[in-house]
Amino acid sequence: MILAIGAIITAFPFIWMLTASVKPQRESTDLPPSVLPKEPTFEYYRVLFTELDFGRYLVNTLAVVAIGMVGLLLMAMAGYAFAKFEFRGKRWMFFLVLATMMVPIQVTMIPTYLILNQMKLTNTLIGIALPTLVGGFSIFLFRQFMSTIPSEMLEAARLDGATEWRTFWQIVLPMSKPILAVQVVLTFIAGWNSFLWPLIIASDQKLYTLSVGLSLLNQQLAVNPSLQMAAASVMVVPILVVFVIFQRFVIQGFALSGLK
Amino acid sequence: MKGAILRNRLSPYLFVSPAMLLLVTFGVFPIFVALAVSFTNMNISAFANIRNVKFVGVDNYVTLFGDADFWQALANTGIFALVGVPAIVVLSLAVALLLNRSDHPFFRALRSFYFIPAITAIVAISLIWGYLYNTQFGFLNYLLSLVGVEQVQWLSDPVLAKFSVALVAVWRGTGLNIIIFLAALQGVPKDYLEAASLDGAGEWRKTFSITVPLLRFAIFFVTVTTIISWGQFFDEPFVLTDGGPLGATTSVSIFLYKEGFRMNQFGYASAGSIVLFAIIAIITVFQLRARKADDEY
Repeated sequence: MILAIGAIITAFPFIWMLTASVKPQRESTDLPPSVLPKEPTFEYYRVLFTELDFGRYLVNTLAVVAIGMVGLLLMAMAGYAFAKFEFRGKRWMFFLVLATMMVPIQVTMIPTYLILNQMKLTNTLIGIALPTLVGGFSIFLFRQFMSTIPSEMLEAARLDGATEWRTFWQIVLPMSKPILAVQVVLTFIAGWNSFLWPLIIASDQKLYTLSVGLSLLNQQLAVNPSLQMAAASVMVVPILVVFVIFQRFVIQGFALSGLK
Repeated sequence: MKGAILRNRLSPYLFVSPAMLLLVTFGVFPIFVALAVSFTNMNISAFANIRNVKFVGVDNYVTLFGDADFWQALANTGIFALVGVPAIVVLSLAVALLLNRSDHPFFRALRSFYFIPAITAIVAISLIWGYLYNTQFGFLNYLLSLVGVEQVQWLSDPVLAKFSVALVAVWRGTGLNIIIFLAALQGVPKDYLEAASLDGAGEWRKTFSITVPLLRFAIFFVTVTTIISWGQFFDEPFVLTDGGPLGATTSVSIFLYKEGFRMNQFGYASAGSIVLFAIIAIITVFQLRARKADDEY
């Protein structure tokens, strides 16, 4: 019972967002506020995509997410090497991976901006995606999972003459589906929601992601909460859909990470 | 045959190097750049001519420690962490324990509700709460007006604004930690609990004498990550109050962002970021030490 009430309180702001997004502007500033819209309208969604540039922001956000998936592959490769190979420098490299998890983004944000500026990558989508492409925690999760793959299977493949790359691609990756599913969801969520980096790196409006575009609507609150809530819905609803479909994997994934 | 051996020796490096290269470039190298930049007067003029950058020794650090705004930001971050960490840990542990008591589909459905805030963009969340907090037509003030409370200045009263901003972060922070606790709860052996039941232990007793102690590592992990995340607190106050009113919600992160990217004082902001890094590192090492001591029992 307590749980149900808690759940409703937790979800209430989102219900409020959705209903407000289809209220006419006048209704959303009314007192007393009504929970359900009296004259629902999709006008503000139209405004977002025709008069404002949200279509472009959406495409940019999807591009950042897509680049993030490349990072996922790189992290899977690294996790595999840490799990299944012995090599010189492995210990300190892995220590480095774990240590970077602790470094706050505020320490790296100015230098990274300067570095990207030197590389002429500020104001590019690559520049937005690159600094967060690889993360210590994900490499760690991949390593944890891939250590459980039996080494005999890899040996058998090698004896059959498969190249290392083929072994990875055709045996290791397919066997890692559970952890891959988790990571795809987490990468999608992280890329979709990322805010501070795009805000710093993209000074050109053409490169804004949804989150940056949304934060610009902040000043609109006094004038038009409906428009703002419509924009927030555009950001929130896709992630909810992804999560509802994949939530089983996410919870499993944390169980797999060995947090007992 | 020789080729094969060489290939095998090289292959782990081929697998590991793209990720390591990125990690070093954007995770490790910048720390040293920040340290170097913190001893210079670097600002926007460096982009025009690199010769405008001068070595200034520890000047930035001296200025920083004399800067009332920096102290205020540090104090704010400390208050946020002091209130926020226990709130998030206790709340998410309690909800996870309750959720774990049944596998009924209804409970499973409830779980998703608690996770929603954790996975949605903070910017969107902050806007929604900004709307709820609005003084004139916000829902919260309307609720309060029903019981006869005057308009509450959620975001413009310096003391209350801290609380309002932190509330949003707590509301958001519990979701992920509930997932972590639920995952850890799956690792609690059922036979321990059954044995305790046979010995006549009640629900409370079982929870506090068996389950919670077995969750020690998860509690530790959640506490450490939560402390670190409060140390980096940024998005909520940035969108809701932009650090105001009168700096009441300016976290260290917001202070650094403003000095670095609005005032373009790269050297000064870097010095601040090194101080933040040192604080987080000290706290983490201290916690790991405490943890090690704990393990010896």
